[in-house]
Amino acid sequence: MSERVMSDRTLAAVSLRPRNADDLGLRRALSDRLLPLLVAAMAFLAVLALAGAVAARGLAAHWRSDAAALLTVQVPQPDAPGEAAAAGLSRAAAVERSLAGEPGVLSARRLTADEVSALLGPWLGTDAKILALTLPAVFEVHAAAASVATSLSARLQTMASGTLVEANGVWFNRLGALAGSLQACAALALVLVAFVSTAVVAVATRAGIAARRDAIEIVHGLGATDGMIAGRFAARLTMLTFAGALAGVLGAVPMLLVIASLTAPFSTAPAVGSALAARLPAVLWAALPTLPFAAGCIGWVTAQVTVRAWLSVLP
Amino acid sequence: MTDAESGADRGIALTGVSLCYGRAAPPVLHELSFAVAGGGFRWLLGASGAGKTSLLRLLTLAVRPSAGALRVLGAAIETTRRADLPPLRRRIGVVFQDFRLLPHLSAFDNVALPLRLAGRPEGQVRADVSEIMRWVGLTRRIDAHPAELSGGEQQRVAIARAVIGRPALLLADEPTGNLDDTQAERLMQLLAELNRLGTTVIVATHNESLVRRHPAEALVLEEGRLVARPDDE
Repeated sequence: MSERVMSDRTLAAVSLRPRNADDLGLRRALSDRLLPLLVAAMAFLAVLALAGAVAARGLAAHWRSDAAALLTVQVPQPDAPGEAAAAGLSRAAAVERSLAGEPGVLSARRLTADEVSALLGPWLGTDAKILALTLPAVFEVHAAAASVATSLSARLQTMASGTLVEANGVWFNRLGALAGSLQACAALALVLVAFVSTAVVAVATRAGIAARRDAIEIVHGLGATDGMIAGRFAARLTMLTFAGALAGVLGAVPMLLVIASLTAPFSTAPAVGSALAARLPAVLWAALPTLPFAAGCIGWVTAQVTVRAWLSVLP
Repeated sequence: MTDAESGADRGIALTGVSLCYGRAAPPVLHELSFAVAGGGFRWLLGASGAGKTSLLRLLTLAVRPSAGALRVLGAAIETTRRADLPPLRRRIGVVFQDFRLLPHLSAFDNVALPLRLAGRPEGQVRADVSEIMRWVGLTRRIDAHPAELSGGEQQRVAIARAVIGRPALLLADEPTGNLDDTQAERLMQLLAELNRLGTTVIVATHNESLVRRHPAEALVLEEGRLVARPDDE
């Protein structure tokens, strides 16, 4: 009788099965130390790569807008009389007056003769004047937008035919290529981080399988399906990779804020001293929370594939 | 003991079954042909290395036959899809010679494992495990891990785990090897009761006195070949 009472009490104590019951002993086989640490390091690198991609994109947009809005105007035969619309003025003066009143032109400056000579130096030598060539007048124009170039060119033709308006298309393309390269490097870094993370999880999973081989074979023999066994591994590894990535992201954010503060004077981002959240681009704030979930997905998929592949050799 | 009410879906049948561990390895079982109808009881006898454990591994679906036709609980194993084997395994109870308990689980959880894998409600698991643990006399040891149990206690846990799901086929490899006479007799009573309820039972043993005390048909293996049945001699 006493044994029955005692047994009921003892059995009652073990009757509430915990939801995270660990039939395969994976808490010890898949340690919560090394793997999360490695994943945290990978997530840290992923954050830096992501920030690099966002920064490259922002910088490229900044460069593009500056380069596209910078126009160069060349007026051949600058001292000859202008067209009918510019009666009494030289061609250069007519263009200069037109630029001053042109909507969309923020500023216009005529380069000095020495500046023009310096620009042509690589082709004409250092003393272009002695060649008795009539050099064009050159204006450096800051426009509100690159689209101003088209209307400006048409207008200037009525003042001085043959005037050229260049929109710095070559620089625009080069900067575009440079920005694309930077973003591609950042994307490649992200892909590599994902690949290494996958490899790390796969190695950890195989180590876990090796450590629990007997237990797996026993539960397999008792009728556990591949899905049951792979699911136990996947649940454990999803939790570990999610936690590791979360730690990595949280660790990287302070560093990003410091970098953002240091680079603030060189960018169009809000100045140092503004609200903490505003120091980083909104798109980066939106992307950071997705990293732990992406890591969790990598953990789940890698564990499922690795365990199922190993189980497939069992009868 | 004699075959109880037979049924094709509760028995086993081997036709020319051979088993090799590896393509180049010599066969450990040679063209075995016999059948045990549902509800039957057989002793499996033979010297060490005769192939008893290999035959039990075949019947527990731990390996597939290299040749021949094997039918277990109504399923033709050579044509059964791998995905269909787990439900079949859940209808088979096994007592391993080396117990094969999970060292990180308590005795309670080891015994409960087959029921949990089958998706039984936890309340039912508790009731069934409670009953079987009382039967094998381990009520006070339910929280103990295998490393904390004696060899005999581990064997009783292994037996409890094998019978907890009331299997259609029960296979035991030297189940009394670590039990005293009293416990061995209790085990035989349990096996007889399961057999009476329709479970097909095959017990491999070296214990001749046990076989004498519980006469039944026997399969005798010698170097992987089925050489004789005591009834035939």
